[in-house]
Amino acid sequence: MKALVWVEHEGGALKDATLSAVSAAAQLGEVHLLVAGQDVGGVAEAAAQIAGVAKVHVADDAAYAHALAENVAPLVVGLMAHHEAFLTPATTTGKNIAPRVAALLDVMQISDILSVEGPDSFTRPIYAGNAIATIRSKDAKKVITVRGTAFAKAERTGGGASIEPVAATAGTGLSSFVGAEIAASERPELTSAKIIVSGGRALKDSETFEQLIFPLADKLGAAVGASRAAVDAGYVPNDYQVGQTGKIVAPEVYVAVGISGAIQHLAGMKDSKTIIAINKDEDAPIFQVADIGLVADLYTAVPELTGKL
Amino acid sequence: MKLLVPVKRVIDYNVKPRVKSDGSGVDLSNVKMSMNPFDEIAVEEAIRLKEQGVASEIVVVSIGVAKAQETLRTALAMGADRAILIETDAEVEPLGVAKLLAKVTAEEQPGLVILGKQAIDDDSNQTGQMLAALLGWAQGTFASKVEVEGDSVAVTREVDGGLETVKLRLPAIVTTDLRLNEPRYASLPNIMKAKSKPLANRKPEEFGVDISPRLETVSVSEPAKRSAGIKVGSVDELVAKLKELGVAA
Ligand SMILES: Cc1cc2nc3c(=O)[nH]c(=O)nc-3n(C[C@H](O)[C@H](O)[C@H](O)COP(=O)(O)OP(=O)(O)OC[C@H]3O[C@@H](n4cnc5c(N)ncnc54)[C@H](O)[C@@H]3O)c2cc1C
Ligand SMILES: Nc1ncnc2c1ncn2[C@@H]1O[C@H](COP(=O)(O)O)[C@@H](O)[C@H]1O
Repeated sequence: MKALVWVEHEGGALKDATLSAVSAAAQLGEVHLLVAGQDVGGVAEAAAQIAGVAKVHVADDAAYAHALAENVAPLVVGLMAHHEAFLTPATTTGKNIAPRVAALLDVMQISDILSVEGPDSFTRPIYAGNAIATIRSKDAKKVITVRGTAFAKAERTGGGASIEPVAATAGTGLSSFVGAEIAASERPELTSAKIIVSGGRALKDSETFEQLIFPLADKLGAAVGASRAAVDAGYVPNDYQVGQTGKIVAPEVYVAVGISGAIQHLAGMKDSKTIIAINKDEDAPIFQVADIGLVADLYTAVPELTGKL
Repeated sequence: MKLLVPVKRVIDYNVKPRVKSDGSGVDLSNVKMSMNPFDEIAVEEAIRLKEQGVASEIVVVSIGVAKAQETLRTALAMGADRAILIETDAEVEPLGVAKLLAKVTAEEQPGLVILGKQAIDDDSNQTGQMLAALLGWAQGTFASKVEVEGDSVAVTREVDGGLETVKLRLPAIVTTDLRLNEPRYASLPNIMKAKSKPLANRKPEEFGVDISPRLETVSVSEPAKRSAGIKVGSVDELVAKLKELGVAA
């Protein structure tokens, strides 16, 4: 079986999420990659170095510059004449593209897989991760999104894949890119960070969030996350949200500050190695999953903690 | 312009799902069911577009058991005009749902179909994108802002890095994210009024599409349980623990 993996990249750099998808694909068969975008020669070179990759298909065209699903899907469908599986990381880009490809191929997509059990079988979380389904696909071709935290990352070096250009399919003109507000941060990226400090509704407002959570995160070299309540209230932007419908993380250490532990939040972080919770309510559900709990008012505990680190 | 809003009846988001002991699925007997929260946001957005004068009629559609009528009535009470139930006891996968919705779209000719980004039971996050593919339309997924301007719609999308805005040619597909709006509650008078709004009952067979499942659920199990750990009594103890973990010097 040949498996085609969507390469996620930004600003000329190949993203870590790709590496987990490569590991999943390697369990299915020969791994090919697709690098689509504009001026992506460098990304293709980097992709060819990934261990275990046989071939890199490169589609370099303005039509693919912002990974618009309308333009990318026909490209992937063309390549699927010679591949039996298409995998993307379960990122917002992957989730946008993969179902469009699946429908064009008349295939039922398998979302957010946790494991590969066989050529046709996979496990995936349902109901906010409160149940794990083992499913078997009857479709001849597989379209899959891969949960990054569930697969080890393939090595970025050691490979020597061939690079093959793919002729671009014309842009569909259905959609166009207008602009983006992508926050640049000095802190580690949420989905690949080893330590995460997340804040919840209890942080009151964006100033308080900044004054209490950011210094603690900086002391620990941690990324910063948040609950939906904190994002909805505007303390931090949407890309900080951890949970069922936000980002899925599994760092070495996850520190939840003033977060109650709703099932939708737990869905995004309960596979963290060590969970630490600071909450003034000793009955908060977060303590049912926390390895280390501190029942305290965060307004005194967090500054004290930051000071003592 | 007409708007089509597909709504799904799902387990209420406040209920903690329990896996059946025989591993065949999740126990939904005597469990509170509600409209998928992302679909409430979709209905609300449609109503706002109508209030702005952008839309003229809102049609809601659900594929599911007879009781999905309740979900449709909720949407009508919020402010939708008309409902369609495609009644079936079978579980229809996103691809099948998208095929049925493509047929409904052909009948109704909406300018915009607004779906939720994700149903909180199957967590698939597929149907809107699939429908867009089947219709050959543009898709604005994970929307936090929707602005119709003439024959196009500008959609601001919640993406992993922040926000992104795309412009789509109409007709188009939009899927909602949490920050798009805050859905209203239906008032009692509106709940009463909704009872007399039209609700058509249809069957999947009428649409002539193959919706047989492609995925077989072999088993459903509980995830590995995490057990509660220890509580520390002071910040000093917590600092000591962090040192043990090697995350503090
Ligand atoms: C469709 C849908 C999708 C969702 N997706 C997500 C998601 O992806 N991620 C997510 O996080 N949520 C999600 N939610 C929301 C989720 O249900 C909860 O509402 C949310 O996680 C609550 O956030 P919170 O814990 O910050 O706030 P709360 O539940 O209000 O908890 C605040 C906590 O802070 C504590 N506290 C208050 N003051 C102090 C103090 N001074 N010191 C210490 N502790 C204090 C309280 O004891 C409480 O436990 C979703 C909901 C829906 C319906
Ligand atoms: N059975 C259904 N009936 C009506 N709409 C549905 C149904 N299933 C999915 N949808 C729509 O598709 C969206 C995404 O669902 P999913 O792809 O299953 O995560 C939902 O938020 C609904 O708007």
